[in-house]
Amino acid sequence: MADYKGVLICGELAEDKITTITKELTNTGRRLSDDLNQPLSLLLIGQNIQETAAEAISFGADRVYIAAGLPFAESLPEHYVAIIASVFYQTKPSIVLLSHTDMGRDIAPRLAASLGITVCMDCIELEIDADSNSLLQTKPVYGGNAMAVWASVNYRPQVVTMRPRSAAPAQSDPSRKGQIVPVTVEKDESIIKGKLLETVKEEAKGIKLEEAKVIVAGGGGISGSEGFQLIQELAQVLGGTIGITRVPCDEGWMPTSLEIGQTGHIVSPDLYFAIGISGAPQHLAGCSGSKCIVAINKDPEAHIFKEADFGIVGDYREVLPILIEKCKALRAT
Amino acid sequence: MDIIVCVKQIPDPEIPPSKFKLDIESKKVVPPEGIPPVMNPYDEQAVELALRLKDKYGGKITVLTLGNEATSSITKHALAMGADEGIVITDKAFEGSDSFSKAYILSQAIKKVGDYDLVLCGRQAADWDEGLVGSIIAENLGLPLVTLAEAVDVANGKLKVKRVILDGYQVFTVPTPAVITVSNEVGRPRLPSGWGIISASQKQIPVWGADDIEADSSQTGASAARRKLVKLFIPERERKCEIIERGTTAEASIELVDRLIKAGAI
Repeated sequence: MADYKGVLICGELAEDKITTITKELTNTGRRLSDDLNQPLSLLLIGQNIQETAAEAISFGADRVYIAAGLPFAESLPEHYVAIIASVFYQTKPSIVLLSHTDMGRDIAPRLAASLGITVCMDCIELEIDADSNSLLQTKPVYGGNAMAVWASVNYRPQVVTMRPRSAAPAQSDPSRKGQIVPVTVEKDESIIKGKLLETVKEEAKGIKLEEAKVIVAGGGGISGSEGFQLIQELAQVLGGTIGITRVPCDEGWMPTSLEIGQTGHIVSPDLYFAIGISGAPQHLAGCSGSKCIVAINKDPEAHIFKEADFGIVGDYREVLPILIEKCKALRAT
Repeated sequence: MDIIVCVKQIPDPEIPPSKFKLDIESKKVVPPEGIPPVMNPYDEQAVELALRLKDKYGGKITVLTLGNEATSSITKHALAMGADEGIVITDKAFEGSDSFSKAYILSQAIKKVGDYDLVLCGRQAADWDEGLVGSIIAENLGLPLVTLAEAVDVANGKLKVKRVILDGYQVFTVPTPAVITVSNEVGRPRLPSGWGIISASQKQIPVWGADDIEADSSQTGASAARRKLVKLFIPERERKCEIIERGTTAEASIELVDRLIKAGAI
């Protein structure tokens, strides 16, 4: 499989701009390419993205492939697989990188299956083994209780998705040189099996979880939707926003769109309050990048106390009103 | 509507992290003592979604489990929830199979079941947390695929699928038969009823081997794996928690704010 060379990133755009998550992937991809001494390619799918492609070169891509298409959320996944597969056959990369996002989760398995190569989902670390030049793929397993390191057999090419926030975004260096390569992929309607009727974005009111500096999150210990008023109030006083774990989501206490964790948002605020949260690794997967974690839980044995920086063993109904009052007073001064 | 649901048995993912142990040498998880394995929770939600469709449109639910004879306990659980038939697929030749081989084995079993309108799988298994098998089955069988579904309905003879995305949802329509992977937004699966448990206990669970499903041995087992596990380890914790224990809860709360100010966090 020695004829497979280089790294191909399947990038994502938001309003024709490269997303932060794709910049993270570019940073990782650049490092892997340098270690392999092979080129880094970036595929962007969109309309009128010549300028964006030029910018992508400054972030580290040697070659930027641009293909015409709608944003992923407005597109059929089959079209995306067809475009990526076509660029794969043109470039023969040994590593195909996607982010573990709505797009990566859906596309990566389809792509690997249709190309007949292997895939590893939700990696947090990628590294080239100096002896074998093979890609070591580290990913959380068992909900985050353990880490697995995978490698493809016989140096076969592989598809990998990478968890958002597991690398710093690439920095722009305008002196970088690269090439922009337009690709045309004939739309083959015979591969299309379904139809996308609509995409509904439920824009969160106020601050986005991914961008919040402060997040106050509540779990099963809040035992009902009423308790979330206190959570909301603390978040407001601190200029932050609220999040939840799986339990309030499953019980229907709060909207599922607020879920933080392996199957929800991945966040990294400066300050994260975990209130009535037991600290299941599946939840920590979404918040362990926070600078400071404060745990408030009645149960002194709760696992969250092992993963926090500060903790109070106590009832949130007693703790939160005081925190709210004190923080209000701070604001006033 | 006839539905096939693929379910997997895994170690209980809800066990406290302190009980989670590995055998580093063999790169395997040590089953926690006294805590029996369970049906993968995402697969249980797939069974729940199948039952909701059956409640509304009728039809038959067949549950496929790739594992060993011991996994028939989760098959029984699915039957007790209301599924109609359960089949366990097991063979020595399947040991060490990767996701692609597992999907191949399940695809062969699905072909043998024959009549179906829909194949449901959980969005991922809570052991290896990949989320591959359902999508590969769709590719193998050449069927339409929608991933991460929260709800499925029937409209004009097609399946109408609500797919979860980070900031909202999408609605797809696909013709039958189709493969759909089910997301956790489906919510809590139902508990088996007393009658369900009794009727499940009386049902026979056929066991299919490689020959029964005409599985090509070059496609299964460790020798067919496209990747290998290099290492399995428990990550080290980076944080050291300072528990604030000052007098009453109220006093501790005040202290906490002071500490957060000092730490520059607020």
